[in-house]
Amino acid sequence: MRNSLANFLLPAGAIIAALGVFGVFVWFAGASPLEVWLLLFKGAFGDWYSWQNTLQRAAPLMLTALCVAIPARAGLTVIGGEGAVVLGGLACAGLAQGLPLPANMVGTVMVCLAAALAGALWIALAGWLRQYRGINETISSLLLAYIAIGLFKHLVEGPLRDPSSLNKPSTFSLAEGLRIGGIAGSDVHWGLVIGVLACLAAGLWVHMTPSGFAVRVVGGNPRAAQLVGLPASKLILLACALGGACAGVAGAIEVAAVHTNANAALIAGYGYAGILVAFIARQHPVAIVPVAILFGGFGAAGSLLQRRLGLPDASVLVLQGIAFVLILASEALRDVDWKGFFARIGRLGPSGAPSAALPEQP
Amino acid sequence: MTADQLLIFLAGIAGGALRVGAPFLFVSLGECITEKSGRINLGLEGVLVFSAMSAFGASYLSGSAWTGVLAAAATGALLATLHGVLCSLPRVNDIATGIALMLLGMGLAFYLGKPLIQPQAPQLPAIALGNWSDSAAVRSALQVNALVPIGMALAVALWWAFANTRAGLLVRMAGDSANATRALGYSVSAIRIAATAAGGMVAGLGGASLTLFYPGSWNEGISSGQGLIAVALVIFARWSPIRCVYASLLFGGAGAIGPALQSIGINWGYHLFNIIPYVLTLLILVITCRPGTTVSGSPGELSSTR
Repeated sequence: MRNSLANFLLPAGAIIAALGVFGVFVWFAGASPLEVWLLLFKGAFGDWYSWQNTLQRAAPLMLTALCVAIPARAGLTVIGGEGAVVLGGLACAGLAQGLPLPANMVGTVMVCLAAALAGALWIALAGWLRQYRGINETISSLLLAYIAIGLFKHLVEGPLRDPSSLNKPSTFSLAEGLRIGGIAGSDVHWGLVIGVLACLAAGLWVHMTPSGFAVRVVGGNPRAAQLVGLPASKLILLACALGGACAGVAGAIEVAAVHTNANAALIAGYGYAGILVAFIARQHPVAIVPVAILFGGFGAAGSLLQRRLGLPDASVLVLQGIAFVLILASEALRDVDWKGFFARIGRLGPSGAPSAALPEQP
Repeated sequence: MTADQLLIFLAGIAGGALRVGAPFLFVSLGECITEKSGRINLGLEGVLVFSAMSAFGASYLSGSAWTGVLAAAATGALLATLHGVLCSLPRVNDIATGIALMLLGMGLAFYLGKPLIQPQAPQLPAIALGNWSDSAAVRSALQVNALVPIGMALAVALWWAFANTRAGLLVRMAGDSANATRALGYSVSAIRIAATAAGGMVAGLGGASLTLFYPGSWNEGISSGQGLIAVALVIFARWSPIRCVYASLLFGGAGAIGPALQSIGINWGYHLFNIIPYVLTLLILVITCRPGTTVSGSPGELSSTR
C-alpha cells in the first residue's frame, strides 16, 4: 500500500515540480509563469476543441509508450520506437499502394496488421541482437531507428513517391474507405480507442496471464528465470515484438487517420515522447493511458503558447526534458525515511524538547 | 566516372573523414573519459546539440569563433555535470538519465536557438590540406577544421594520462572497481562526476565543430545521432583514446560517402548512403560483442557491457 502511494505521489510530484521549473524558465524569457500555466491547461483541457487536439495526440503516444513499457517488463530498455512508427506508417501506405485492398474495414485492418508486423520485426531485431549477439539494446534500437528513418525517406522520396506531391514528397493517399475516421463526427479518431484497448490488453497480459508473469520474472531476475526453466530469449523476443507491433500500429494510425499518406510529417518525435510517458507511468501499461493524455495535452498546448506568448515551439520539448530529469531524480526520494525525517524536523523546532525525550529511532 | 571525378570523389571521402569525423572524434573521446570512470552517458547526444547551439550563439554574439569554442566546452561540461550528479543519487539509473538528458539538451537547444537559425556566425579557420592540387573541387574538399589537430593531440594526451598520471589512474580505478576506490578512501561519486563533466567538456568541442565548421550553421537537424554513434564507437575502440581517433575517421569517411557522391552529381539513394554509418556501427557491434562475455578492455563497473 505504502509502495503504491509512492508510485503515484513521486511521479505526480515530479510533474508538478517540472511545471514549476518550467514556469521559472519562461519567466527568464519574459513571459508570466501564471499565464503560461493557465495557457497550458487551456490549450490542453480548456474546451472541446483542445480536448480533441489532446486526444488526437494521446493516441499514438499510448502505443509508442507501450513499445518502451512492454520490453521494459522483460528487462530491456528499448528507445527506438520512432523507427517502428515510421516503418509502420510506411508498411501501411506501401501495402495500400501495392495491393488492391477492399476499401472497407477489412482493408483498414489489413494495413494496420502490416504496420504491426513491420514494427514487431524491427524491435524484435533489437531484442535478437541483444539475446544472441550480446549487443546493448538501448544503443542498437536507436541506431535501428535512424536506419528506419533513412529507409523511409529513401522510399518516400523515391520508389513510393506520388509524382504529384512536389514540395512535400509523400506516397499516394490512402483510399477513402481505408482511412480511420473520427468518433461520432468529432476530430478524435478511432485510433484513441485502439490505443486505450492496447494499453488495457497489455496490462491484462502482463499482470494476469502466465506468459505475462513469465516475462516479468525474466525482467526481474534472469537467473531465477533460468533456474525455473523459462525460455528467456523467446519471452524477450515476444515482449519486443509486441511492443514494436504497438508502435507500428501508431504509425499506421497516423497515416490512416491524420496525414492520409506517408510523408516526413510522420517523423514527429512520438517515439521519443513515448519513452517519457512510459517512464512516468513506471512501465505500467494501464497507467500509460492517463499519462499519455496529459502529455498529449502539453503537446496540444504548445501551439497556443507559441501563438499567444510568442514562445518557441520547442518550449514543450523543454518541459518534457525537465519532467524526465525530475521523474528520474524523484526515484531517489523513494527510500527516504519520511517518519524519521519529520521527527527530526520536529526536534529542531521550538517544541523539540519533549520529542527529544523519546527513545532514539534506529 | 572519369578520372577527374574519381579524384574529387576520393578527396571528398578523405576530407569528409576529417570533417564529418570531427564531432565523432570529440564525442567519442568524451564518452571514453566518462566510461573509463564506470558510467555511461547517453546524454552526450543532447550535450552535442546543446553545445553546438551555444557555440554558434556565442560566436555570433561575440564575433569570435574561439569564444564560441569556449562556450561550447563550458555548456557541455555543465549539462554533463547534471548527468553526473543525477546518477550519483540512489536508485537513479545512468542509461535512463542519459535518455532524459538527450531530450532535455535538444529541447533547450531548440528553444534557445530559435533566433539563431537565420544569421551567419564567424567560422573557425580552416587548414588547407589540398594545396598540392590545381583542382578547386579537390582543394575545397580538403579543407580541415582547426579543431581536428587539437582533438588528435588530446587523444594522445589522454592515452598518456590514463597510463601515467594520478588522475588517470583514479578514473580507471573508479571504473574497474568501486569497492577498491572506496577502500583507498576516495569518493567514487566525486571521481565519476568529475570524469563525466570532463567528458561533456570534450564532447562540447564536437558541438563547436558542427556549427562553427561543418556544416557551419545552426539548425534543428544539426546532429542526427552522432552522439549515440560515438557511444558505440567507444565499444569498438575498446576504450582506448588512440583507437577512438581511427574509429572516428572510419565513421567520418563512411558518413562522407553520400555528400561525396552528390558532389560529383550522383543523387540516387542519397538517404541510403547516409545510413551507412549506422549500419556500419551495428555491424561492428555484431562483430565485437559476444553474448555472455564482456568486451576485452571494458571497465568492470560499466552497465552497458554487462
